[in-house]
Amino acid sequence: MNDKVYEAFLSLTWVVAGVLFISSLKGLSHPETARRGNGYGIVGMTAAVFAVLGLAFMGESAVGNLPILIPALLIGGAIGSLLAARVEMTGMPELVAILHSFVGLAAVLVGYASYLGEAGHLREKFEVAKLAAEQAHTQLPALEPMSGLLLGEIWVDVLIGAITFTGSVVAFLKLRGSLSGSPLLLPARHLLNACTATACVGLAVPFAMADGTGGLLFLLIMTLLAGLLGIHLVAAIGGADMPVVVSMLNSYSGWTASAAGFMLNNDLLIIVGALVGSSGAILSYIMCRAMNRSIWNVIFGGFGATPPAGSAQAQQPQGDVVATSVEELSVELENSKHVIIVPGYGMAVARAQHAVRQLVDVLKERGVTTKFAIHPVAGRLPGHMNVLLAEANVPYDIVEEMDEINPDFPKTDVVLVIGANDIVNPGAQTDASSPIYGMPVLECWKAKRVVVVKRSRNSGYAGVDNPLFYLENTRMLFADAKVGMEGLVTRLKVGKAA
Amino acid sequence: MRIGIPKEIHAGERRVAASPDSVKKLVAMGFEVSIETGAGDAACYTDAGFAAQGAKIEADAAALWSCADLVLKVRPPVDSEVDLMREGGSLISFVWPARQKPLLDKLAAKKATVLAMDCIPRISRAQKMDALSSMANISGYRAVIEAARLYGSFMTGQITAAGKVNPAKVLVIGAGVAGLAALGTAKSLGAIVRAFDTRAAVKDQIVSMGGEFLEVKIQEDGEGGGGYAKEMSPAFIEAEMALFAAQAKEVDIVITTALIPNRPAPKLWLDYMVDSMKPGSVVVDLAAENGGNCAYTVPGEVVVKNGVTIFGRTDLTSDLATTASQLYAQNMVHLLTDMGGGTKYHINLEDEAVRGALVLHNGELMWPAPVVQPTPVAAPKPTAAVAAAEPIRAPEMKFKEETLSHPKKVASSSGAASAKTAPLTWVMVGILLIGLLALKFGAGNPDPNAAHGMAIFAERLTVFVLACFVGWQVVWNVTPALHTPLMSVTNAISGIILVGGMLHTAGNTQSAPVILGIVAVLLATINVAGGFLVTRRMLKMFRK
Repeated sequence: MNDKVYEAFLSLTWVVAGVLFISSLKGLSHPETARRGNGYGIVGMTAAVFAVLGLAFMGESAVGNLPILIPALLIGGAIGSLLAARVEMTGMPELVAILHSFVGLAAVLVGYASYLGEAGHLREKFEVAKLAAEQAHTQLPALEPMSGLLLGEIWVDVLIGAITFTGSVVAFLKLRGSLSGSPLLLPARHLLNACTATACVGLAVPFAMADGTGGLLFLLIMTLLAGLLGIHLVAAIGGADMPVVVSMLNSYSGWTASAAGFMLNNDLLIIVGALVGSSGAILSYIMCRAMNRSIWNVIFGGFGATPPAGSAQAQQPQGDVVATSVEELSVELENSKHVIIVPGYGMAVARAQHAVRQLVDVLKERGVTTKFAIHPVAGRLPGHMNVLLAEANVPYDIVEEMDEINPDFPKTDVVLVIGANDIVNPGAQTDASSPIYGMPVLECWKAKRVVVVKRSRNSGYAGVDNPLFYLENTRMLFADAKVGMEGLVTRLKVGKAA
Repeated sequence: MRIGIPKEIHAGERRVAASPDSVKKLVAMGFEVSIETGAGDAACYTDAGFAAQGAKIEADAAALWSCADLVLKVRPPVDSEVDLMREGGSLISFVWPARQKPLLDKLAAKKATVLAMDCIPRISRAQKMDALSSMANISGYRAVIEAARLYGSFMTGQITAAGKVNPAKVLVIGAGVAGLAALGTAKSLGAIVRAFDTRAAVKDQIVSMGGEFLEVKIQEDGEGGGGYAKEMSPAFIEAEMALFAAQAKEVDIVITTALIPNRPAPKLWLDYMVDSMKPGSVVVDLAAENGGNCAYTVPGEVVVKNGVTIFGRTDLTSDLATTASQLYAQNMVHLLTDMGGGTKYHINLEDEAVRGALVLHNGELMWPAPVVQPTPVAAPKPTAAVAAAEPIRAPEMKFKEETLSHPKKVASSSGAASAKTAPLTWVMVGILLIGLLALKFGAGNPDPNAAHGMAIFAERLTVFVLACFVGWQVVWNVTPALHTPLMSVTNAISGIILVGGMLHTAGNTQSAPVILGIVAVLLATINVAGGFLVTRRMLKMFRK
């Protein structure tokens, strides 16, 4: 097969794969088509991989090296499958974050490979020409310089890849709790970012000037700097913003794939990278808007800890909380007609979703209408709560979004807030000094009774005290969400038998 | 600072502005308390009971008024009481400043400071001081009890060996605090309850109390601010009247509670409606004090027209004198706490609750207060109803209403994407500019290779921008529930970098590019497999 035919074959495969990926994203926008969408994605990816493998199998040595490719694919696939099968649904955010880091690292490696490969290629070409020139006793040819465009593309690919890699690792550590969720705020952090970024760009000049593989040193330094930049960018973002950050990193991983596409002159990579990049960016944007926050603020970090100029001190607990017990709460639930459950990260941590589902079932048997209210940023991932509730087989037609359910709170008898804090903070509407002021929240305090299930009196991820706890219609149930819910279910079941 | 609590001298008034419990709290707050002898008799509070909590018993009204710095009362003072009042003294009671001009002049001449319990603003914070709601709650309850007493049958339906008795049908007009209290009481006695209100927001409250909400087919919201209704258009009133006329033939008990601030009560239950009611029916007019909602109402009297009893007594709260006094006194304790208690008592003009209630300040007219609070509305639904009403803040409903509106409305994620994508639009414009620049350089570059490279680059850029656009279009309408699966699938897809790695594995297995490529393939494959499988796991869990 000659070059042109194999290029045409690949191009056609790319078109097919590209269309499949677009259908995949489209399918993922609605619950009914979501599974088919995932299927499209798998088919598209398989098609792309097999096209390359197929060519290699047919002896297109320029395409790939089968003896090492196949083991790599099998091992990678096995590790990935294992991770996916083993992960607890509560561990989803971490998994997604660490997977992002793999894409970032892969992009960096591909960038280096491109650079070294092209350099080697040119060197070979030069050696051949030199040999020919020596034999012909003509003038020695010059070592052909690498195309400036290619160098630029490599530079961009490695830059974004490195940021994605380290940023995702920091996000992973933060989500696992290995790193503190509170933002790291270095003095003059914006200046620091700007300097690092400038250095990264500036280093491109000596990199492009260098002969042969001489630029490698600069590339390495830049990778290091970009890595630091990635760490710093994500470290400066507060825990409450983690869902947006994960989505942002997802977007970055797309851009880096796209940059690799430019570098390798590969349309599929460009298309897919752009798809992922823009959809990730839009997802982040949608989420930022839901939190009433500027996306730039999240990208450049430092949000979630507006300097506590007196506001934090003013936020001292202004009253006493009234505790309640499982017994009391079960009686209250029994006597109500409408119950809304507001789940938060605490439910995920305690893995209480199954107990919560059982509670809903028991309440349903007793004729109590129960609904779920999901805040756009509940949990640590966008849609985190939906996933957990789906895992526990909660039908999604009783799960409602913030805008849908906010008008329902005034006619609700009991609102059960399970491990949520900032998303039900009335201070976001009333206290202009609060760091979360202006963020739309679930107005659960309008219900007749609010019961907050919480392990302790600590403030939420945003580090803001919650006036909800001190309202007269609020009761606190200090318990682990799972233990508390199971206790409730038992009480309600016993009550029914009696 | 000495508080004086006189005996109420209005005929039929049995309430008193203190209970032993409130006296105890006032004393604890640092006030000295004097009570006129026999002040609590009608409310079953004895002098001894008050004295035991630290009150000093004064022998007569003159002694009480002269010793008190601050007088707490229920009814507005009459002339003889104002005459007894100390120059520059203070008074807290119901005042009704809108219809008490001569009284205000007289009090102003005394350089008095007067707070009106009926002018406490209807804001969440001041709910605990809201005596109107406390009293309306009692009147609503009592209205049903009185109606049941006057009505010649059971409230609840019964089937007995001696035959069947139908349940009473009760119609409540105006679902404010009194209306809702009446509704709940009638319901718990077993009656069939219907209610009207012009304010759409109270529909849910009526339904939640077990009442049926009657509507007219005209869309007009009677929300008038401050928890009151406004006057409705003629067309609306006509439809409302037709509805009432139809109801009059069916219902056995009508309880009207409609008030519009500073106006005579609207006439809603007209003569022909009463005439068409079954003999033995009862109309309880809780608006009697303001002229009444029923055409036949004689304020303060119970009259019978064509066999229908029209109950117009205005002192229903005195029927529950003990409880009414206790609640009223407690409202006052809350107000005085807000004003600094006995040790730091002062008039804070910045305090919304105090400023709202303040009628006279050292003889200077302060009423009406400038602030108008937006009414808390549960949900502004355009389906309108009937009748006028009075306060919305039902204590028995315990709604914690926020008077603040959202600082910013969140747009829903669906809909016109174009207007909301400013950042992305700018990014794309920027990319296009870069592309143009690249083309410019490419065209200007004498090296044909470089020019060719630039052309290819521009081509790629086109593909890139188009793909961005597609991604943008596709993702806009994603349902929030699917954010996580979408992200994990895009994550898997971004593993396409795998192909990039694969293309580098050609050649010498020992060479650096091939090793780097193969590691990249390995990493990207983990991502691809993990991403797709985890998405599948997640999606499997979504069920309807």
